[in-house]
Amino acid sequence: MTQERIRIRIRTRARARLSPGRVAAWAVMIAVLVATVFPFYWMIRTALTPAADIYSDSTGLVPHHPTMINFLRVLGLTSQEEARAAGGSGAQVDFLRYLLNSVVYSGLIAVLQTLFCAMAGYAFARLRFPGRDAVFGVLIAALMVPPIFTVLPNFVLVKDLGWMNTFAGMVAPSVLMTPFAVFFLRQFFLSIPREVEEAAVLDGVGAWGIFWRVVMPMSRGPLITIGLTTTVWAWKDYLWPLLTGREEETRVLTVALGIFQQQSPNTQPDWTGLMAGSALSVLPVLVLLIVFGRRLVESLNFTGIK
Amino acid sequence: MGANTTVAPPRRRVGIRTEKKGGAGRPRKVRDDRRAAWLFLVPALAGFGLFYAYPTVRGVYYSLTDYSLLGAPNFTGTDNYRHLIGDEQFWNALKVTGYYVALNIVSQTVLALGLATLMHRLTRSVALRAMLLVPWLVPNVSVGLLWMWMLDANLGFVNHILDALGMGTTGFLTSPTWAMPTVAGINTWAYTGYTALLLYAGMLQIPQHLYESATLDGAGEWRMFTRITLPLLRPVLALVLVVSLIGSFQIFDTIAVTTKGGPVSSTRVIYFYIYEQAFTNFHMGYASAIAVVLALLLGVLTAVQMRLLRASRSDLA
Repeated sequence: MTQERIRIRIRTRARARLSPGRVAAWAVMIAVLVATVFPFYWMIRTALTPAADIYSDSTGLVPHHPTMINFLRVLGLTSQEEARAAGGSGAQVDFLRYLLNSVVYSGLIAVLQTLFCAMAGYAFARLRFPGRDAVFGVLIAALMVPPIFTVLPNFVLVKDLGWMNTFAGMVAPSVLMTPFAVFFLRQFFLSIPREVEEAAVLDGVGAWGIFWRVVMPMSRGPLITIGLTTTVWAWKDYLWPLLTGREEETRVLTVALGIFQQQSPNTQPDWTGLMAGSALSVLPVLVLLIVFGRRLVESLNFTGIK
Repeated sequence: MGANTTVAPPRRRVGIRTEKKGGAGRPRKVRDDRRAAWLFLVPALAGFGLFYAYPTVRGVYYSLTDYSLLGAPNFTGTDNYRHLIGDEQFWNALKVTGYYVALNIVSQTVLALGLATLMHRLTRSVALRAMLLVPWLVPNVSVGLLWMWMLDANLGFVNHILDALGMGTTGFLTSPTWAMPTVAGINTWAYTGYTALLLYAGMLQIPQHLYESATLDGAGEWRMFTRITLPLLRPVLALVLVVSLIGSFQIFDTIAVTTKGGPVSSTRVIYFYIYEQAFTNFHMGYASAIAVVLALLLGVLTAVQMRLLRASRSDLA
């Protein structure tokens, strides 16, 4: 039965490979891939073009005089004069710092949010206490509140707390919990067999010990899934850090790019500098993809559908 | 999840003997759980109270006030809502948002469905799927800047191509007619791969033998798509559709970078309008009123989503 099915599959595959339809399908697929990736190539290509050449040399696939100067000046590694000579606005930019701020911002959110949501998820999945289902229901209801609605009062709150332009103010609304992560992790914890915990109880481990030493290690997959999607989300975040962290010390990459865009020296934006800055914002994401590629792809199956 | 007690009675005593937590008294298991549970829930409940529940109440209150962020909010009753009815910019924002959502959802869903089918019938390559995911991983701000450059009227790559083909150049983002379709196109580029992967994941749940027997019966790819893939994917498709619908109602970053609502309000979507009212014009009260309306609108959409979710579960059973 199974063997037969395997043979059929091989046969259909082999036959299909010859068909012109399949060739056409691959052609379309390759076209889609090119359309997906080419803009990124063009971003790098522009970043490697000297600003002075941009009017004369913006068609060929390779720049005539490739240079690293755009990367150096947006990283703040050149003097102001050099940066201005290379087409910059002369304003102080230091994307190295913004890159670091972005890493701190998304790192704090990803780690703390995952931890706190796991704790809550565990309590809802495994511990018994009066009003559990009601509390869970109320917490999950927060899924219904659109972000823009809480952004306005949260901004006022952070301002009143005196937390503007501090990482505390920037991460406060998202580090403690997000309803989806609580829901998602609770679902997973429900599926862990109770026997595993019972053995730990026999050994005299308390709830906190069970959570840390038994449940968390067993849940590495879902935790990484939630951690990764949270990282991506925080990395892309723009509005909230724009409102609460505009100043140099807390400015993240997305906000820095927006500000850099407005500091154009001429009538045209500083395209070579902007593309160098944008490329820097893509770089860490690519590293993430190379390290966690399979996990990231599979996490979509998890969080998207189930 | 049948058992009523976490731990069987005889074992309980053993566990309690060396219990690290609990301090003085050795209460019964139920009480232990209660204390531990609330401790586990402290961060999440604080986050919920401070940054979800309290702001929701504040937001509704602000919507009933005149509030410039400088002084204290000044209670004005339903003034903001009455002003909203006569505000042409508000209605324009709703209209423009609807236009964007329609453009974006249709193009994104159709393309993603096609792309997912191609992947499903051609290859299982993870590398390929990872490549399609890249645009989704990139901040919308970078995506917006990248496409502003690609579409630049004088120096942009796209206009070079159009020019070479003898089609002339277009200021895509500076034309009131083309700005919104262009923004929708940019976000379609950014999110189609992601949506396609969600749909692809749904397709993997369709039993493979259905395709095998269809092939044996001599069915072509189109027939398999319309008779097998599409009907069996419907629940997943509906879910993905509603989730991206709710998401696209909240478009902000791309607009903020590329067009800032212009030219002549042609891309001033509701989210951007709220932002402008609150942080450019300092009409926090009025912005809150618009946010309340948007929240209600999205609430209805979410309710529809819940409906579909339940429907999809019974469909799969």
